[in-house]
Amino acid sequence: MDQNSDIILRMKHISKSYPGVKALSDVNFDLRRGEVHALLGENGAGKSTLMKVLSGVVQADSGEIIIDGKPVHITDVSDARECGVSIIHQELNLISEMDAAQNIFLGREPKIFGNVIDSKRMYREAADIMRRLDFSMDLKIPVKNFSVATRQMVEIAKALSLDTNILIMDEPTAPLTSVEINELFKLIRTLKERGISIIYISHRLEEIPEICDRATVLRDGHYIGTDDVKNLDRATIIQMMAGRVLKELFPKTEVPIGETLLEVNNLTTPLLQGVSFTVRRGEILALTGLIGAGRTETARAIFGIDPIQAGTIAIGGKAVSIRSPAEAIRHGIGFLTEDRKAQGFVPDMSVKENISLPTLKSMQKSTVISSRRERAVVDRHVKELRIKTPSTGQSVRFLSGGNQQKVVLAKWLNLDPDIIILDEPTRGIDVGAKTEIYTIKTEIYTIMGDIARRGKAVIIISSEMEEVMAISDRAVVLFEGRKTGEVERREYSQELLMHYAMGG
Amino acid sequence: MVVLVTLFSHSGTFMTWPNMINVLRSISTNGIIAIGMTFVILTGGIDLSVDSTLALSGAFAALTFNSTGSSELAFCVCLATGLAVGLFNGVMVAHFNVPPFIQTLVTMTAARGITFIVTNGTPIGKVGSFITFFGRGTILGFPVPILLMLVAYVIGWFILTRTTVGRYTYAIGGSEECTKLSGVSVRKYKTLVYVIGGLTASIGSLILIARLNSAQPSMGDKFEMDAIAAVVIGGTSLAGGTGTIVGTFIGTLILGVLMNGMNMLGVDSFAQYVVKGGVILFAVLLESRKKAR
Repeated sequence: MDQNSDIILRMKHISKSYPGVKALSDVNFDLRRGEVHALLGENGAGKSTLMKVLSGVVQADSGEIIIDGKPVHITDVSDARECGVSIIHQELNLISEMDAAQNIFLGREPKIFGNVIDSKRMYREAADIMRRLDFSMDLKIPVKNFSVATRQMVEIAKALSLDTNILIMDEPTAPLTSVEINELFKLIRTLKERGISIIYISHRLEEIPEICDRATVLRDGHYIGTDDVKNLDRATIIQMMAGRVLKELFPKTEVPIGETLLEVNNLTTPLLQGVSFTVRRGEILALTGLIGAGRTETARAIFGIDPIQAGTIAIGGKAVSIRSPAEAIRHGIGFLTEDRKAQGFVPDMSVKENISLPTLKSMQKSTVISSRRERAVVDRHVKELRIKTPSTGQSVRFLSGGNQQKVVLAKWLNLDPDIIILDEPTRGIDVGAKTEIYTIKTEIYTIMGDIARRGKAVIIISSEMEEVMAISDRAVVLFEGRKTGEVERREYSQELLMHYAMGG
Repeated sequence: MVVLVTLFSHSGTFMTWPNMINVLRSISTNGIIAIGMTFVILTGGIDLSVDSTLALSGAFAALTFNSTGSSELAFCVCLATGLAVGLFNGVMVAHFNVPPFIQTLVTMTAARGITFIVTNGTPIGKVGSFITFFGRGTILGFPVPILLMLVAYVIGWFILTRTTVGRYTYAIGGSEECTKLSGVSVRKYKTLVYVIGGLTASIGSLILIARLNSAQPSMGDKFEMDAIAAVVIGGTSLAGGTGTIVGTFIGTLILGVLMNGMNMLGVDSFAQYVVKGGVILFAVLLESRKKAR
């Protein structure tokens, strides 16, 4: 079989579980010599996990990897390198103060007399690699002076100097301009001609036919299918990625919707281009899109963390200017951040101290904190939200992920904001069993429903389409800092949301 | 530890009342400075400038007394200098994002320089009876410096445990980002802790110039290290967020007893530095072991 002999990599029946999540189950993947193979799927479909297994960052629970016809055992990154596998991450791994040659040879500099770096040879070899890539750059200036595109080239050169046969590129075009993308594609074609195989991860479906030969789709950690790109049109790919129409797991409480409370008009920051939407009382609005689409950035701009370049925000019909979180809170906005550990709570402070942090001023008598008043408020929330903690004096550090999230929720509920923004409230809640995740999710959704029923406006940021469709009244979809669509609940379908999330 | 055990078992004079008063009096300056240092370190910062702040406050106070003859006015100038230096540090750190280590190092150097300039490098004699009371006076038989230190600790403890200022101090050290996102004006409270640091340094200065009845331009040298040592021995994390004022008091006490004991046992004064270094290292190791668990 001619075709088979040309297969450089075969991954068979790969499975990987993390506590509470099955990230990959029985996934197959194969790669031909000299092909560019797209790996597609939604956020959380298992693409990165599969690539982490291949590049030795994590180990699979079961399954087999065959490279060049020989079964291999990849236990760490250096094993992967020996097998000729290199990965170019989305965040580049370069030392910005060093020049290109120093970066390329970092940790394996050519040496003379035992320990002296042979600079001459190093620059000569670096220049050789660059010549083979048909790429010219000054090898002696620190890479921090280069554009992202050029730095990417340095990474690719570094990979090639390691005798790479299989190159994984994770969203390489995301930070590039269209001219730079063309340059990159030219380089990819050069690499192909030299027999290097490339696994190409991208969310930009329009690039796939241009640069890729075949595509494999994953969904929820399962292998869905592989085909030649010429047989796959955009609609088919989205259908494969989104999958079946999902049953509603979580019941949504119906709430009468009132007048407009928050009006965001033409919001513009370095990362957002004129985002506009409104939220009404009693409404749950979903702000969705892929990771990096500008959802969190929108929330940060509204909450006064990032400065706004242009655009207006009005609350209850009145234009407001919000320049700090303190001002946002004064205007009745609450913001539960995605990064719970760094921004949501103070790990070494107790449950009580964390919950009362934004509202402490209202609990003092003259200048002294009334511990009676504080305890009363905190106890009520701990009971209402069923926060499991030995006592309210326990450091939040020692609580489970779900309970930590409830503490953060309690903190904002206590402030009783009119508008509450919840950024991925159910993400990263690590609990033992899948059923527990659903319990905690349901609890959080119920709390959100209660907030809406009290005539507040709720904005939930989520990249899980399932979640968006289950609990929100309306969805605003963003793509690369722009709003690409707005969908009412009755029109919800995973295909439609994904269509907008991919750029519309 | 060895020194402490030796002291308690062998030295007859160590456990006497006069010696205990002596120890407390000797730690009063450092004890008060360590209170301000606790606030600063709890936010994750550091204040290296307290020694120079102390010298500068003292110098201004003595100069004021010598030109006006008013000890009360000199007292006010002393505290005002501490507040002003602290405010400068605080504003630079909180509003201009200068790293605390660098900012207070700058102040340490500059304030010491100003002290030598204004005093011409010579001691300035006499500070007046209002001020000397703080160093030499007694109330009901207790030396005033000791009472001043105890009162300062009670106030410091009260602020840290019972007021929003204290709660925010811990919160900023625990997670500055989270505190900011909770609507707390982080800049204001960060500035405030350095002001408290400056104030306690000037109170320390008050006791010192009162006891000497003069201001020495070189006084207070290395006091910042003793204050930091007391805070660290007292269990406050240099990363901020955890620690107590009671711990700092105990830390000051341990250092004071150690110094006093070694003096009584006739330990060479250079060797004393080595022992002190060892104690600090021991305290930090304990802390990092606690973290690692």
